[in-house]
Amino acid sequence: MTWDVILATLAAAIKAGTPILYATLGEILAERAGILNLGLEGMMLIGALTGFLICSMTNNPWLGVLAAISSGALLALIHAFLTITLRAQQVVSGLALTMFGMGLSGFIGKVVIGVPIVSYFRPFDFPILSQIPLLGEVFFQQDALVYISYLLIPILSFWIYRTRPGLHMRAVGENPATADAMGISVTGIRYFYTLLGGCLAGLGGAYLSLAYTPVWLENMVAGRGWIAIALVIFASWDPLRALLGSYLFGLVDAVQFRAQALGLAVPSFFLNMTPYVATILVLVFATRQTARRHLGAPTALGIPFAREEKT
Amino acid sequence: MNEKVRMEGIFKRFPGVIANDGVDLDIREGEIHALLGENGAGKTTLMCVLAGIYSPDAGTIRIDGEKALIRSPRDAIRAGIGMVHQHFMLVVPYSVAENVTLGLNKPRFLLNERKLEAEVGKVAQSFGIQVDPHAKIWQLSVGEQQRVEILKSLYRGAKILILDEPTAVLTPQEVRELFVTLRQMARAGHTLVIISHKLEEVMSLSDRISVMRKGKRISTVNTKDTNPTELARLMVGREMLFDLHKEKAIPGDEVLSFYNLHALSDKGLPALRDISLSVRSKEIVGIAGVAGNGQRELAEVITGLRPATSGKVVVNGKDVTNNSPRQVIDQGVAHIPEDRKGTGTVPNLCVLDNLMLKCYRVEPFRNGPLLNLSRIREFAQKLVKQFRISTPSLETPVRLLSGGNVQKLILAREIATFSELMIAVHPTRGLDVGATEDVHQMLLEQRSKGAAILLISEDLDELLALCDRIDVIYEGKFMGEVPAEGEQIETIGLMMAGKKGGTKEPEAASLQAHA
Repeated sequence: MTWDVILATLAAAIKAGTPILYATLGEILAERAGILNLGLEGMMLIGALTGFLICSMTNNPWLGVLAAISSGALLALIHAFLTITLRAQQVVSGLALTMFGMGLSGFIGKVVIGVPIVSYFRPFDFPILSQIPLLGEVFFQQDALVYISYLLIPILSFWIYRTRPGLHMRAVGENPATADAMGISVTGIRYFYTLLGGCLAGLGGAYLSLAYTPVWLENMVAGRGWIAIALVIFASWDPLRALLGSYLFGLVDAVQFRAQALGLAVPSFFLNMTPYVATILVLVFATRQTARRHLGAPTALGIPFAREEKT
Repeated sequence: MNEKVRMEGIFKRFPGVIANDGVDLDIREGEIHALLGENGAGKTTLMCVLAGIYSPDAGTIRIDGEKALIRSPRDAIRAGIGMVHQHFMLVVPYSVAENVTLGLNKPRFLLNERKLEAEVGKVAQSFGIQVDPHAKIWQLSVGEQQRVEILKSLYRGAKILILDEPTAVLTPQEVRELFVTLRQMARAGHTLVIISHKLEEVMSLSDRISVMRKGKRISTVNTKDTNPTELARLMVGREMLFDLHKEKAIPGDEVLSFYNLHALSDKGLPALRDISLSVRSKEIVGIAGVAGNGQRELAEVITGLRPATSGKVVVNGKDVTNNSPRQVIDQGVAHIPEDRKGTGTVPNLCVLDNLMLKCYRVEPFRNGPLLNLSRIREFAQKLVKQFRISTPSLETPVRLLSGGNVQKLILAREIATFSELMIAVHPTRGLDVGATEDVHQMLLEQRSKGAAILLISEDLDELLALCDRIDVIYEGKFMGEVPAEGEQIETIGLMMAGKKGGTKEPEAASLQAHA
């Protein structure tokens, strides 16, 4: 194997990891505020479809992204209303959201299956940085959405750990009763971050249909939402670790894809399976570690809050 | 003194209970006002209404003579009201400074930890509160955490400070320190409300006392014009027996002994470090200590719920170290666990099922592989009557019973078949005076019938009243042993704070040699 192949595989790994990264970051925000949203897969699918539809209508991929973000937020709003206002079971509501997203996107998307779009996010050389040997080729010959995701990591890390809104978000996820007694609006904060999580999941979905493979296919998210949920635990609710985890999965994806292209004498089913096997392994590893070291899961994750409810 | 707060006709209903039934209360500026009453009298609810946690169904609140609308904790903070809850409202992974400034809009966006800590430190000093602003909450003792809570309110400019059972978790020395701080605050013009059910405490600290019973304010009296007997009568509504009738008993054979016991906590840290003790029949041995010093782990190791990493537990001469809970039960061990609704009962199962949890598999309650329901029902009915468990029916789910009745149910189940050893953990915590009396009587009855009882409690008065001797546990080690006599309270307090002492080393220490 030559350097060229290795670099190309790594660049492909980043591309494949980006949609997962967006979704993971979104889920980290929601869970930090105490809301578990298992509807990631559904929100990504709706995001992918909406983005694709709007882009093919307007020929403007940015409008597509905007639409995808809004649709993700809209779906998250359902989850927020059910779990925060009505205090429904978060697991049930999230699962319902995923099924709803899968069904709805499959139904509406029928009309655009296989329709090509003219404008989508194409890779371009980032000025100056792309000239860095090796690194430039891997990291800076990507498309605009990848560059945005690079920016998102330091912004979110800073937000979570170094700002007052971030402190309040974590307080709501750790101990909502305390946050409430200190005059913080638990409901407001939970709504905000659940919706923000939906935005990022929609964006992750749009990346698939507007950059990764610029086409709509039914169920094209293919379990990436679930992978992202597993990654949140692996990342122990930290954006930087989410980046590492997402690219690791991107790499698994890129390698299996290449192995198939090289005509490896392994049935393609097995290769297709590898990302999911990796998910299981990651979960086993991460949860064991969690149990052992209490890896910072928000204490109030998944627990509805009501001021007057006696616990 | 000016009137600071006036609450009028406060009415608050929870599903199934009226917690406050038209309560009027006035609190004067600069006074220490005690709110006295049994558990469930509505003291905490009333103060939660004032602090904006609960919104009342009816009633008005006036502050400095003006009508105040308090609909959320934020409104209460703005009105200068701060509350220190019984269960601290602290974000455990956060630092002191972060907790103190939580929810404030200063600084607005960027957090500069060092600056924040310096500022919090300065304010703490100005109030004479000693606490390290940089420390994380989980690193602090309970007393220190309480100081953080007080500081939190003062930092927000609270003029009225409510403390809910502030002494429940403190050692006697810490209580004294707290009282000094509180008196200082009152002198500086703060208005304090102390919720309590301890008579002595209220007598020594407060200026005025309001007594509540069953959601109503019964009376408000000047502390210097009253006495504990009168207060108790107001509180309970009848004359109270203060002295339990504890017969002299000569301890018999050794029933429980454990040697050099080590065990880990849930977090995997050492919770028990090399402790040894023995309990004989016809005696009650108390374990005193501040919560979280290994008491729960000790009870769990003895009853087989937690593995001992080393050491030995012997019951009736049989080594039961790391046996299963069932094997331990079969040795005649009864357990009244700390967590009534988690470990003690299955809240969603009915009274009948819960009473049968331990004996469903012995004759005559079993009929081959089937349950003998008529026998079970008969037996359960007898227990409910004998132990005065008040329940609508045998089919009522246990989660609907009050704390006192759940505890009586557990006692009934554990005592039903005579047990030679009883491990009781906080058996009266959260119970009202009547239920507490019942539980105490039952424990003493078991003792005179010949049981050995290990009583783990944080309530020193309870330990002194019931026990024959008391061992003090601190960070998983015994600090020493004292006979259960009133004048020992000072020594016990010091040992609870980690000082070795006592009149003699725990009895089993001498047994270590041949263990």
